[in-house]
Amino acid sequence: MGMTMTQKILASHAGLEEVVAGQLIMADVDMVLGNDITTPVAIKEFRKLGVGNVFDKSKVSIVPDHFCPNKDIKSAEQVKFIREFAREMEIENFFEVGQMGIEHALLPEKGLVTAGNVVIGADSHTCTYGALGAFSTGVGSTDMACGMATGKAWFKVPEAMKFELVGKPGRWVSGKDVILHIIGMIGVDGALYKSMEFTGEGLANLSMDDRFAMANMAIEAGGKNGIFDVDEKTLAYINEHSTKEFKVFKADPDAQYAKTYIIELDKIKPTVSFPHLPDNTRAEGEFGDVTIDQVVIGSCTNGRIEDMRMAAEILKGRKVHSNVRCIIFPATQKIWKQAMNEGLFDIFIEAGAAISTPTCGPCLGGHMGILAKGERAVATTNRNFVGRMGHPESEVYLSGPYVAAASAVTGKISSPAELQEV
Amino acid sequence: MIAKGKAIKYGDNVDTDVIIPARYLNSSDPSELAAHCMEDIDADFVNKVEKGDIIVAAKNFGCGSSREHAPIAIKASGVSCVIAKTFARIFYRNAINIGLPILECPELFEETEEGDRLEVDFDTGTINNITRKKVFKTQPFPPFMQEIIANDGLVGYIKKTT
Repeated sequence: MGMTMTQKILASHAGLEEVVAGQLIMADVDMVLGNDITTPVAIKEFRKLGVGNVFDKSKVSIVPDHFCPNKDIKSAEQVKFIREFAREMEIENFFEVGQMGIEHALLPEKGLVTAGNVVIGADSHTCTYGALGAFSTGVGSTDMACGMATGKAWFKVPEAMKFELVGKPGRWVSGKDVILHIIGMIGVDGALYKSMEFTGEGLANLSMDDRFAMANMAIEAGGKNGIFDVDEKTLAYINEHSTKEFKVFKADPDAQYAKTYIIELDKIKPTVSFPHLPDNTRAEGEFGDVTIDQVVIGSCTNGRIEDMRMAAEILKGRKVHSNVRCIIFPATQKIWKQAMNEGLFDIFIEAGAAISTPTCGPCLGGHMGILAKGERAVATTNRNFVGRMGHPESEVYLSGPYVAAASAVTGKISSPAELQEV
Repeated sequence: MIAKGKAIKYGDNVDTDVIIPARYLNSSDPSELAAHCMEDIDADFVNKVEKGDIIVAAKNFGCGSSREHAPIAIKASGVSCVIAKTFARIFYRNAINIGLPILECPELFEETEEGDRLEVDFDTGTINNITRKKVFKTQPFPPFMQEIIANDGLVGYIKKTT
């Protein structure tokens, strides 16, 4: 029987000719990832296993990015704890402030993950690397611990949903709008336990940054992973960033899918997820009159260079509304430097936006932009759950960079089409 | 193994941000996490939960972040078992990996009220709502997962098998 992309990658890493949906397997992993929140728990579990070393010090990545630069004494103690572990284990990919970025922007940029890999990460947005044609999925700290010790992880082979992309996205539509649209369509558990496989001629009209944003949010539909066909754009990205060996897996023509959707990219409008679930989406024209207090542009979903450019395109020659704090977070040092060199920071600062060092900070209500009771934010982040960015009675509205920047200007949720020419 | 306690009920899509808000994740101490369990959807949870109690939820329980702090907080608060219509997949594997018993039972939610006395037999997969005198059967875990559970989680399983 034919296999999907995900099934083929899993079979190859489990030493099997074939796997079928529902089968439980042990697979070799090419990278094990953790951050400053999940790694401390993983280290405690790792110690219980009684092994002296990690299975391969080049195949573990630890990125302190959530509460970093350290927001308080307890966070500093957590990072100190993982730093000492990283040194003891001689982990090659431990990234301090100054080198670090938001993990899911950093690992592809550093070339640490590539096509055909199996990647587990103790962070739910590990599914981001599916944009590269890898099987990558979020796990917990115990999985991270056992992965570090054995180089293996257990999986239930998922069945797949196929998303066939056709056409070309409109003027103010990016990958974020596409994935919000899809989540709105299938629901926050629409892909539960399943892989979301993206394919079709429309792929050619989506940049790598669009695809990273889309794969990143597969988890918000409940998906086990999101994965894209490898095309010329993927190969160009891989060749530019990585020296690791890679392998391209294609789904068999007779692969089985639980469901197939045709996604017409040209019909998708700028989309916003209203509180308090990512599937509570509204398209341009349905936003209503929602005043806001803060805009956050960044995160593992939308902190890449194209996201910065989209924000700058809107903010150029305009001002952030006087009732709004606009905070922009380039996701890595490299993106930071690039945005600076392209003159985007001049645009942001002249518009009245603040620019932060890379951190997950406000996305999860950690630091650097917490909301008070009753406050509302438009954010290019990935979750709008109750209390996600601060007070349990605050609200988060998810969007792409165009809508977020336009909303910063008008002080209410807005599409760029509503802005006056400058 | 038998679990016995009163039902504490929640609806659809209980996410890990409300199970344990990120503002408390600068600690991984189970008792500290338990002190804030469910705080953002049910501030009274920590007062009403008693050892052995069973959380009964609707669909997609534990969606969102991969934080293992969520099942750790639930386990450390004394909850003996979580029964939902469905679980988000990372929460599902985290619960199994740390030895927090969970069961999927689509029918229980509608047939149970907050405070009902429940008894769960993990060996047979049977749930008994003692208050309403109703019995529910669930699908047993595959043998591989049963072995992880029997070894009190993935660490115990790996220590035993390697």
